[in-house]
Amino acid sequence: MPRMKFLCDADRCIECNACVTACKNEHDVPWGINRRRVVTINDGKPGERSISMACMHCTDAPCAAVCPANCFYTTADAVVLHSKDMCIGCGYCFYACPFGAPQYPRVGNFGSRGKMDKCTYCAGGPEADGSVIEYEKYGANRLAEGKLPLCAEMCSTKSLLAGDGEIIAQIYKERVMTRGYGSGAWGWRTAYREQIAS
Amino acid sequence: MAILVRLIRSVALALAMALMLPALAGAQWINPTAEAVQEAQLLKQTQRIAGECSIADQKACTVEQLWGRDWTYFNEWVLRLVGGGAILALIALVTAIYLVHGKGRIEHGRSGRVMPVFSAFERFVHWLTATCFFILALTGLNITFGKLLLLPLIGPAAFSTISRWGTYAHNYFSFPFTIGVLLMIPIWIHWNIPNRVDIQWMLEGGGFVGKKHPPADRFNAGQKSIYWVVVLGGLIAAGTGYPMIFPYDGTVIFGMQLTQLVHGLVGLLYVAAMVFHVYMATIGEEGAFESIWDGTADENWVKQNHSVWYEREIAGGSLPKAAPDSKQQPPRDPTLEPAE
Repeated sequence: MPRMKFLCDADRCIECNACVTACKNEHDVPWGINRRRVVTINDGKPGERSISMACMHCTDAPCAAVCPANCFYTTADAVVLHSKDMCIGCGYCFYACPFGAPQYPRVGNFGSRGKMDKCTYCAGGPEADGSVIEYEKYGANRLAEGKLPLCAEMCSTKSLLAGDGEIIAQIYKERVMTRGYGSGAWGWRTAYREQIAS
Repeated sequence: MAILVRLIRSVALALAMALMLPALAGAQWINPTAEAVQEAQLLKQTQRIAGECSIADQKACTVEQLWGRDWTYFNEWVLRLVGGGAILALIALVTAIYLVHGKGRIEHGRSGRVMPVFSAFERFVHWLTATCFFILALTGLNITFGKLLLLPLIGPAAFSTISRWGTYAHNYFSFPFTIGVLLMIPIWIHWNIPNRVDIQWMLEGGGFVGKKHPPADRFNAGQKSIYWVVVLGGLIAAGTGYPMIFPYDGTVIFGMQLTQLVHGLVGLLYVAAMVFHVYMATIGEEGAFESIWDGTADENWVKQNHSVWYEREIAGGSLPKAAPDSKQQPPRDPTLEPAE
C-alpha cells in the first residue's frame, strides 16, 4: 500500500490560494472553516516564502493519541481520518496538532465547539464511500474514485504534491538537485520524522 | 608625448575594467530565490513558525508548532501517571488507615447533647461546592481516563454521547462551583490561618498515632490543609478552566496548552485530596458527617476533636441542647467494636 503524504515545495508556491479555494469548493466547507491555508513567512521581505499547509496525516498522529473520545483512525493508505459522530468537540486535537489542522464550527455561546472538521486527504470518512451522508459530513471522497487530493492536483506551479511519500520525495529531491536549492519539505520532520536532504 | 600619456591611460583603464569584470559578473550570479528561509533553520530558532495569511482566524497563520507532540506526551503519560497515581495512592492510604487505625470513635460515647457547629449558610456553601465538584470530578476524570476505562465497557456510541454531555456539564457546573469556592473565602478563611495549635496537632500525628486527641480549634491542621487545597486548587482550576471555555482570547496555542496542562494536573490532585476528605468525614470519624449535614455535633465529639474551640464556645455562653432521638447513643453494635 502507498503511504500518502503532502509535500509543499515552498520555492514554487506563488501564494495564489487556489488550493484553499479548490478545497473549500470541492467539499462545501462551511464559512469560517479552512481545511487548507497558505501562510507567508517574511512577507514582503527578502527570503519570503509561502507554504500551503493542511493536515499532514502524521505518523503516530498526536491528535489521534490525545483524543478523549478515540474518534480518529488511520486508513490503509495512512490517511488520518475521524468520526464526527464520536467527536465531542473538546478542542484537544488542536492543542496537539503541530500544523493547526483541526477546525471547529462555533455552535453556541462561550467557546462551545461543534464537531471537528479537518482535511480528509479527499478521502471522506467512516460512512460508505461516495454516500450522500459521507459528503455532508466530510466532503468528497476522491481517493475512493482513484483521484488524488484536489488541492495538489490543480496546483498551477505543482508546488503542492500529494501521493505516495516515496514518489513525491523523489520528485522533490530531483527538483532540488536540478535548481540547486530548496527550503525543505516543510513539516516532514515533525509529521513523518524524516527529512529530505536539500 | 601626449599620445603616449593617453595610451597609458587607456591601457590602465582597460586593465582596471578587466579586473573589475569578475566582480560584476559575480554579483549577477547570486540567486536571490536560493537565499530564502529554510524550515530547518527556523525550527532551530523557534518552536512555532508563523507568518501572514489571508484568513480571518489568525490561528491559521501558524505553519507549525512543535509543542504539540510534547503536550500530547504530557497529556497521555505524565498527567495520567501523576494524577492517577495520586488518586490511587490516597485510596491506598485511607484503606491502610481504616485497616490499621480503624474508625475514629467518640471515646466516651455520645453525650446525648448536641451543639451547633455549622450554620445553614455554611452548609449551603459546602454542599453547593461539593455537588458541583462531584460532577466536575466525574466529567473531568472521564476526559482523562474515560477512553481507557469506560469506553471498552459501554462502546463508542454511548461513550461519545456521555462524554459530550459531560463536557457541557463540566463547563456549566463550573460557574456555581466557582461561586461556592469564592464564598468559602469570607466565611472560613479566618478559621484556617495556621497557628501554634496546628504545630502541636501535627507533632502529635493528628490523633492517628497513639490514642490521644491533640487539641484543635474549629478546624484542625488536617482540615485546614483541605481548606487550602479546596480554595487554592479551586481558584487555580477556575483560573485555568475559564480560558478553556473562552479559548484563544488573548493567548496563542502555547498558552492554551499550558492552561490545559495546569488544569488537568490540579484537577486530578484535587480529586486525590477529596478522596481523603470524604473518607475522614464519613467512614473515618464517627460523628463527623452530621455536623455538615444537619449543622450540629455531639458535645463529646466536639470536646474530643476540637477542644480549643469547645472551651471558647462554652466560655462564650453556648449551651449544648438535648439531642434528637437520632443522635442518641445507639445500641452498641458488636461488629463495630475496635479490636483490642
